[in-house]
Amino acid sequence: MTWSMRSITKTMLPVLAVLTSIEIAMGLVLSSFESTLFQYPSLLVLVPVIIGTAGSLGSTLSARLSTAFHLGLLEFKFSNYHLTGNILSTMALSVTIFPLIGVVTWVVSTIVFEPLLGLFQIVLITTFSGILISIFTALIALITTYSSYLLSLDPDDVVIPTVTNLCDVFGIFVLLTAIFFFI
Amino acid sequence: MNLRKLTTQAYFEGLPALVLSSLGGIIAGLILGGMKTELQAIPGLLVLVPALLAIRGNVYGSLGARISTGLHQGLIEPKISFSDHRVKAAVFASFINALFAAAIGAIFAYFLLTFLFEPVAPLGVLLSIALIAGIFSGVVLITAVISVIFTAYRNGLNPDTIVGPLVATIGDIFGLSFLLLAVRIIMGGG
Repeated sequence: MTWSMRSITKTMLPVLAVLTSIEIAMGLVLSSFESTLFQYPSLLVLVPVIIGTAGSLGSTLSARLSTAFHLGLLEFKFSNYHLTGNILSTMALSVTIFPLIGVVTWVVSTIVFEPLLGLFQIVLITTFSGILISIFTALIALITTYSSYLLSLDPDDVVIPTVTNLCDVFGIFVLLTAIFFFI
Repeated sequence: MNLRKLTTQAYFEGLPALVLSSLGGIIAGLILGGMKTELQAIPGLLVLVPALLAIRGNVYGSLGARISTGLHQGLIEPKISFSDHRVKAAVFASFINALFAAAIGAIFAYFLLTFLFEPVAPLGVLLSIALIAGIFSGVVLITAVISVIFTAYRNGLNPDTIVGPLVATIGDIFGLSFLLLAVRIIMGGG
């Protein structure tokens, strides 16, 4: 690991430029839902929550897979407990947290804003998003960990940022799909 | 260890950080929900929101991981000091990276919207908002990341497990608060 300011900046800038462009493209998709988002402020509340939680799920799973990989415990077989167990726990976490997010978001936005959307509608949106996000997270963490193993790259450097950012982007996509179907 | 035990363990280890970052996200969401007027007044701002939030996670999350690795390897003394050249270099590099990425985001959003014939605020406005918000939230996040890592490390906790959720939780809250502040400064000044 290098510690000069120039080399840190030089390594990260190209990656940042690419990630920023992807996020701007997502922002464009997000703003095409502008009128719906402005009409129901509780949907705006969901934007950072869904993105953030999707990213956290992804980074937790990929950090755990990377560690198991470094310890030599990970095998890419369904009979491998470290693989299957970590994926199952991600799914379970997702099924726990996303409905809760819906309930809390409904409660706070009912207090802060006008109550325009029903509890059931918001919980349906967050639960639907959560289920799709957990499947995507598992797939993408698996694919990137396996590719970094094939390409003999350090999973810590590659997998965690890739999975976190892809989960961010997918989070917005799924949220907008849910809004499209359920509002 | 069997599958059931491993799954349960991973579940309960992951739950607290996830709950915390979701609560942070809901607070950040309330700020965004309350920004409707500003978002409507400055076309293009909503396009920038995901990029500005993601930049912070990438840049300051990686700053945290780097400092924490330096501590684990014994390259950095476990006391907060800006005279340490490694800490100084990592901090300034992350700050420059974050501002650079914010500027790229603003420029990219402006040209993309112009190209698509969508309404967009002047480039100078988007750029100033992105940079002002980037400077303020950079200062807060750097201070938070550095002080939490050193405090955790000196108290025998592993900073690796704390930095990610910390940046995720406070990054969005401060990111959006300072975005709102930046908009107010620019709109008040113009």
